[in-house]
Amino acid sequence: MEEKEDTHAEPLDLVRLCIDEIVIIKLRGDRELKGRLHAYDSHCNLVLGDVEETIYVAEEEDEDEDEPPSVKTIKKQSEMLFVRGDSVVLIAPFAGTTH
Amino acid sequence: MAKEEEVRPNGTPDDDQVESDAKDPSGFLSEIIGAPVTVKLNSGIIYKGDLQSVDGYMNIALERCREISDGRLVRNWGDAFVRGNNVTYICADSA
Repeated sequence: MEEKEDTHAEPLDLVRLCIDEIVIIKLRGDRELKGRLHAYDSHCNLVLGDVEETIYVAEEEDEDEDEPPSVKTIKKQSEMLFVRGDSVVLIAPFAGTTH
Repeated sequence: MAKEEEVRPNGTPDDDQVESDAKDPSGFLSEIIGAPVTVKLNSGIIYKGDLQSVDGYMNIALERCREISDGRLVRNWGDAFVRGNNVTYICADSA
C-alpha cells in the first residue's frame, strides 16, 4: 500500500475497501441501491447482492406550484444485480452514511 | 534550431517538474490533495469534503463527504467515491 508518502494511490481504492461490505450507490435518474458489493471494475460496473433499489419520483401536484413537489419513493428488492458503470454517480460504504 | 536543449518548450517531461507542478490542471489537483473541497456535479448536486485522491478520469475520493442542496446539508456520506464523468468542477475551499 505505501508506495508513495501521502497521496492515496487512487479513488478506486476506496471502492476496493468496500468489497463484501454494504454500500450505497447513487445512480443517475434519482435512483439508489443498497446492497453488498461483490465485485467492481474500473468502469464502476458493479455486482451487488441482496439489493434494495430506491427510486425517487416527484409527485404531480398541479394545484399549488409554490409548494415543493412531494417525493414518492418506490422500493424494489433484488437478489443479485449487475450495474453498468456509466449510470453510477457515487459509491459510499453504508456504515459511514447518516441522513 | 540547432541547439535543441535551449529552445525546449516548458513542460517537456524531463524539465524539472517540481516547478511546473501547479501550472497544469493535474498539478493543481495533486496540490490540493487533503484539502477541503467543493465538488459540483453536472446534475447540480454539490458535495463538500476532504479530497482524498483523484485519478485521470477525475474520479474522486472524498472524506467526510456532505451532500449540499440549496445551501442545506442533505446527507452525510462519510467516505465517498464519485465517478469522474459526473463532475463539473472541483473547487479548493479557502481556509
